[in-house]
Amino acid sequence: MSLRSPLARVRHLGSARDGTNHWWAQRVTAIALVPLVIWFVISVISLVGADHAAFVAWAGSPISGALLVLLIAATFHHAALGLQVVIEDYVHHEGAKIAGLLLVKGACLLLGVIAVLSVLSLMF
Amino acid sequence: MAEFALPANSKIGTGKTWPAPSGAKKTKTFKVYRWNPDDGQNPRVDSYSIDLDDCGPMVLDALIKIKNEVDPTLTFRRSCREGVCGSCAMNIDGVNTLACTMNLHDVDGDVKIYPLPHQPVIKDLVPDLSGAYAQLQTIEPWLKTTTAAPERERPQSPEERAKLDGLWECILCFSCQTSCPSYWWNGDRYLGPAILLQAYRWIADSRDEFTGERLDQLEDPFRLYRCHTIMNCTRTCPKNLNPAKAIAEIKKLMVERKG
Repeated sequence: MSLRSPLARVRHLGSARDGTNHWWAQRVTAIALVPLVIWFVISVISLVGADHAAFVAWAGSPISGALLVLLIAATFHHAALGLQVVIEDYVHHEGAKIAGLLLVKGACLLLGVIAVLSVLSLMF
Repeated sequence: MAEFALPANSKIGTGKTWPAPSGAKKTKTFKVYRWNPDDGQNPRVDSYSIDLDDCGPMVLDALIKIKNEVDPTLTFRRSCREGVCGSCAMNIDGVNTLACTMNLHDVDGDVKIYPLPHQPVIKDLVPDLSGAYAQLQTIEPWLKTTTAAPERERPQSPEERAKLDGLWECILCFSCQTSCPSYWWNGDRYLGPAILLQAYRWIADSRDEFTGERLDQLEDPFRLYRCHTIMNCTRTCPKNLNPAKAIAEIKKLMVERKG
């Protein structure tokens, strides 16, 4: 039970002076994903029926390799930002919230690094 | 976790039924949420059948008729009965709105009436809005200046004044505030659409000299950025205002001042 006034409860720890970069990054990655995903889908469709060597040559070329790395970075950055918001919205137990945030961000980072290294391994 | 089910002491049961007066030709049934803090009982829904030929056109007219003629224990807030004071905001037919401007003809079938959602209930249709009032206080909804007060009024061009249209009309009924799922889950930290619209009303005011400080106070992952553009606020506003747009304008200013 708390006898703090409603105003003290609302003011709480004050403004974090933060959140704009998160909001902006979520929008920028969303917009970046539109052309990147269209390019990716068209590329894969155009390679339908091709053999393994053709896929490796495509993913390992500088231009499509670079676009693949950007696609991976935008995807996992966007996913991490979005999942963070979901956890902050719905998980109200402080310990579970921090654990969930670390887990989600760690998983996105790990999967992103694995995917980028996979593309790079086709180049070098 | 966010709570998706009502706690045991909030589960709603079936209450009393009050039949229409004999001889009534055109009746409508009102299913009204009832809860009394003094009797230790769970909330219930009472059914009142009203003779529409002997009742005013609005939902508030029916509620007043029920209180005056059928069941004087029914408790609700009301004052101006013409959409100016914002007292009689409640959830009618599944939508937060003002009972005084909601026409009975616009409700198909029974009229279901509940208090504004996800706020503590004081009694029946009266929600405890002290949290929202405190949130309004934190955004300091008054003109703040450093420049000494002029001898006459503070001048404002017609163009500058036009920026306040769609903002000053808010009557603080909190229909939008309590329709927002983000406010339901995080109302202790998220300021909510009604408060953010009020905040923008002062940010957009050309005479105010504390725009930056106001933005500082809002720049927070929870106070402002819990808005996920769900748009329930804009859809439910009984004054047809657009809190979602006001919030978007605040977010644009946050980006603009970064460079």
